[in-house]
Amino acid sequence: MLELRRDLLDAIVAHARRDHPDEACGIVAGPVGADRPERVVEMTNAERSPTFYRFDSQEQLRVWREMDDRDEEPVVIYHSHTATEAHPSRTDVSLAQEPGAHYLLVSTRTDDEVEVRSFRIVDGDVSEEEVRVLEPDHARE
Amino acid sequence: MAIEVRIPTILRTYTAGAKAVSAEGDTLAGLIDDLESRHPGLRDRLVEEGRLRRFVNVYLNDEDVRFLGGLETEVADGDSVTVLPAVAGG
Repeated sequence: MLELRRDLLDAIVAHARRDHPDEACGIVAGPVGADRPERVVEMTNAERSPTFYRFDSQEQLRVWREMDDRDEEPVVIYHSHTATEAHPSRTDVSLAQEPGAHYLLVSTRTDDEVEVRSFRIVDGDVSEEEVRVLEPDHARE
Repeated sequence: MAIEVRIPTILRTYTAGAKAVSAEGDTLAGLIDDLESRHPGLRDRLVEEGRLRRFVNVYLNDEDVRFLGGLETEVADGDSVTVLPAVAGG
């Protein structure tokens, strides 16, 4: 299961819509070992393509070093599909190299519907997981 | 000629869990051969048919070696080499 704060999910969906029709991509960093995504980092899609994404390699080095300095890891790796469903493609599965991450897919194929689904991809095996959105605590208002 | 090589999580099975290892070489190719002698199996994860694998990023200090000399990039004592799996998909 992926537990994700509402504001982080909204930021990811906004990013995907903004970059449509190109695929958007990024991560949500969080403390190592806590499985708690906390900080969205939008990444440049070096491919600028409607069907492919790749993190810019120099930017990735900077972001990964920053996470290292902060004792963080990429808890969520997200990207968007602009014309297909929010499910990992064969390419997504064959290129997934972070077995500890939640792979979050957002589909921007329709304007009015938000399709967000999360998956674990380990050694070529894909398993879907629930996305539990953590809403702000209104009890304190 | 000690060069630090930072290893990503997915390749730490080859280094008994170590996040960073030491190696020697004059070029990246030589360095990778030396890594292989100490950590068998690692080279094949980095190199395919004599070239750096397409979805593995290797950096010499702060630069992706694709922008330098690829496998022929010269390395020197005190350099730091970082390996990161590319994040990509479709």
